[in-house]
Amino acid sequence: MEQLVNKYAQKLIQAKLGKASGPSQPIIGGLDDMLVWNRPARETQVLEKIFDHLNINSLVFLRPAQPYKSLIRYLANQALSTTNGLIQPKDCETRTFLHDLPVIDSFNPKKICAVLKNRKSVIINPMDDTDSFEGPAIIAHGTVSPEQGFVTVSSVCFAGFIKFFTDYLESLQTGQATQAAHDLFDEITPYIQEEQKKAPKFIPFPFADEKTVYSAIIEAGRKTVEYGLVDSYFGNVSYLWNGTLYISQTGSSLDELESCIDPVPLDHSTSAGLTASSELTAHLETISRTGCRAILHGHPRFSVILSMDCDPMEKATCEFNTQCHIKCPKKRFVDHTPIVPGEVGTGPTGLCRTLPVALEHSDNAIVYGHGLFTISQDDFSHAFDTLLSVENRCRNLYFKKVFRLRNNPS
Amino acid sequence: MYGWTGKILHINISDKTVEIETPCVEILNQYVGGKGLGGRYLRQNARLPWNHPDMVFCIFSGPLAGTSSPTSGRAHMVSKSPLTGLVADSSVGGKLATRLKKAGWDGLVITGKSPFPVGIHIMDERIEFQDAAFVWMLDTHDLHRKINPQKASLVTIGPAAQNGVRYASVIVDQHFAAGRSGLGTCLAEKKIKYILVNGTGHTRVKNPVLLKKAREDILRLTAASPVLMGQSGFTCLGTGAVYDLMDNRRMMPTDNFTHTKFAHAARLNASMYTKTYHPKKHGCLGCHILCKKTGTHDKKSIAMPEFETMSHFTALIGCTDTDLVVQANRLCNIYGMDTISAASTLACRREITGKDYTKETVLSLLKDIALGNGEGKDLGLGAAAYAEKMGFPDAAMAVKGLELPAYDPRGAYGMALGYAMSTRGGCHLRAYPISHEILRKPVATDRFSFSGKARIIKIAEDLNAVVDALTACKFTFFAASLEEYARIYEAVTGIETSTQDLLQKGETIYYNERIINALNGFDIKDDDLPTRFFTEKGTSGNSIDIPPINREDFIEARSKYYKIRGLTQKGLPTTEKAASLGLEWNSL
Ligand SMILES: [Zn+2]
Repeated sequence: MEQLVNKYAQKLIQAKLGKASGPSQPIIGGLDDMLVWNRPARETQVLEKIFDHLNINSLVFLRPAQPYKSLIRYLANQALSTTNGLIQPKDCETRTFLHDLPVIDSFNPKKICAVLKNRKSVIINPMDDTDSFEGPAIIAHGTVSPEQGFVTVSSVCFAGFIKFFTDYLESLQTGQATQAAHDLFDEITPYIQEEQKKAPKFIPFPFADEKTVYSAIIEAGRKTVEYGLVDSYFGNVSYLWNGTLYISQTGSSLDELESCIDPVPLDHSTSAGLTASSELTAHLETISRTGCRAILHGHPRFSVILSMDCDPMEKATCEFNTQCHIKCPKKRFVDHTPIVPGEVGTGPTGLCRTLPVALEHSDNAIVYGHGLFTISQDDFSHAFDTLLSVENRCRNLYFKKVFRLRNNPS
Repeated sequence: MYGWTGKILHINISDKTVEIETPCVEILNQYVGGKGLGGRYLRQNARLPWNHPDMVFCIFSGPLAGTSSPTSGRAHMVSKSPLTGLVADSSVGGKLATRLKKAGWDGLVITGKSPFPVGIHIMDERIEFQDAAFVWMLDTHDLHRKINPQKASLVTIGPAAQNGVRYASVIVDQHFAAGRSGLGTCLAEKKIKYILVNGTGHTRVKNPVLLKKAREDILRLTAASPVLMGQSGFTCLGTGAVYDLMDNRRMMPTDNFTHTKFAHAARLNASMYTKTYHPKKHGCLGCHILCKKTGTHDKKSIAMPEFETMSHFTALIGCTDTDLVVQANRLCNIYGMDTISAASTLACRREITGKDYTKETVLSLLKDIALGNGEGKDLGLGAAAYAEKMGFPDAAMAVKGLELPAYDPRGAYGMALGYAMSTRGGCHLRAYPISHEILRKPVATDRFSFSGKARIIKIAEDLNAVVDALTACKFTFFAASLEEYARIYEAVTGIETSTQDLLQKGETIYYNERIINALNGFDIKDDDLPTRFFTEKGTSGNSIDIPPINREDFIEARSKYYKIRGLTQKGLPTTEKAASLGLEWNSL
């Protein structure tokens, strides 16, 4: 437990969601027969009471660092004053796994338990300036490992980011952007990670042996996280070698793929794919349709944000406008990158039915509100370059759109 | 009342009388259904021997059965085990729970002993008792053909139960088994050959809109689950999908748990069955996962074995023939006996006698067991009693008398603790740690460590106890969580409920079982694993080391578990903890 609470505190810092010192230092508790914390903190007094009342074994507490601090505060204020204390995320993965994000206005164990006894996370956001508690903070729990809380907290931050920037663009388009939204946008833009121009080098094609295949996948995963193209928990990577698709496992962290890669033979002679990524079917279908060898999937933020950008007038009259992520009827593109609808996995509206078709005509495609898939014929270089350049392109396009709309509000 | 029918049918089979109990909604909400309600009645008779006429045999549905709630069509049977003397209970699929609800019953509580074989016919409120002497000796398939239940649900026992096999199963709708603990023998003791259930009613749902939304959330999560819906998942390949994984992880029980890797595994896996038998999928009524498989063999339809059966009838007993597995599975099904216990007892015999098996010897021994012929009589007592009788008690790979399923505990320490603590003996389903130790759900844990496992096991036992009370399917929890089911419970019953409320109900249900077992003399001496796992190593290789389990680490984890579960360090319930859960316990 001690090792786990420290590991995930460290990961929150690495992911730049928390900090190594100051108020954004994560607090993580793990309980077997004894409760251990990653560090002493004043907040643990209240947090310990949560352990008394809930049948859980771990708790993650984080005052997110910028830009999340400001944007979560903004969304939380909005939720508390308008929507019944719920932030409704727009990206698909958060919607699938967390549904919506509850917010309360005080760091009170009773109130916290009242939410957490039903939900995976709660955001604490005092509205009253005289409250001594510094918000916003996110609390999430687990029944198996602190990893659950870590994943939830990073999803909340990711979802908040996507939601603010998506809503902001839409509000500019409809002429309803508020001064508070402009101010927040200006405040947090400087915190957004610098655009990374130069792609790294990768183990070159052809791969001599199976060991090299594993190394190449591990390298591709790690760099995708390093370049901020996915939050470490999500995304997936695969490579086809000698009739076997080597693919990252479900729920694996792309920056820790050592021993988390499943070999799935194309002839179905084993069921080793049981623990493979939930997008295994999409990967296999893509390989068979395109003849590619490498597939890389991340959740680069501006690609996700722009995938949901739709002309408000058109959207208002679209009969599927509440089900864009599964039923968008229009052929949409960002530049030359196709955007397809589809949910995680293999259901009737699964992305395994839409994405592989799109990749037949393009070496990259965005799944609506979810993430970007790129492919290459040899090693991971091309797939990674594409991932990076599409995201850079989307980022530029996004800011261009925003500034154009701000300058010409008509 | 919503969800529940509010009526429990009490049948006294001695004099063929019935009584209708109408418990208040508070009681129903407290015990939920399935395992929960069944445990409530078992507690009232806890100290009676399993074959006492007043011993109850319970069959319960749950509040969600008969609604569109995903995977909620399971029933739960509860009595006392002839094999172990512990709580006997088993979840079972098919149509039973749904038909019971349609007939207007939340469940049946059967007491007494009939002087002659009997069949019970339930059609809505009409209850009839039929002389079953003329079908008494039929096997489960012949009986199914004879009765031809069509839309009704048929619960039967086979010859194994009637011949006193301690691990006889109850077969529901021909293909679904309440396999473990010897529940078939309990019904045979009451001379009940079959129960036929049909009805015309409907389960009332308080808030259909909310139910629909929660249902959609669960379906979306299921679609996103590789273990369930992926191409190597349970929907496509059945539970046999786990076979390769167990072997790759070096935790496939081989040669009666003397090794943990089986050299022939690659050609005995789920893919091989798919190639050979071209199975089609089906499952319990109302299920969207459909993990059950029926294949074709000689132009006849044949049930595909579950993972445990595949593993134990190959690696555990040293056989390498898929046809043997399919035939053994069929025999166990028609004779009505548990495949895990049967295979494990045969493996125990092989270790003791040193005699290897052929397909013919396995099939003929299974027949001997079921019919009580010759050596079969002793083998029908289960591995523990058989090994004891043969003078080699250590050769029984069982916990508290229940034979271990197909996960070697040296390859998953949560499983080791889960086996030892389980209230029905060597069972993988009480805490189901393979979910996180192997299948990475909800997240992965270190399978070679006891760190954190005591509480993980305790919480998972609470979770699975309430799942068996809701009578939902455990597989759905590879994808969904209690969060979604709490909303379903609320939508169906109209009772405000949180995830934590459900977990607490599970805790109460589980603690109640601990109390029942304690009343029958079970304590720390029984919460243990066979010595082999602490003294012999498994099959290491391919950079996976399988050492024996460190005994001190195990004992420390067990001690933590007792503390977390609210038991004394001897593994006994405490008055305070029992009271805090609304249960009664006066120390022994
Ligand atoms: Zn994704």
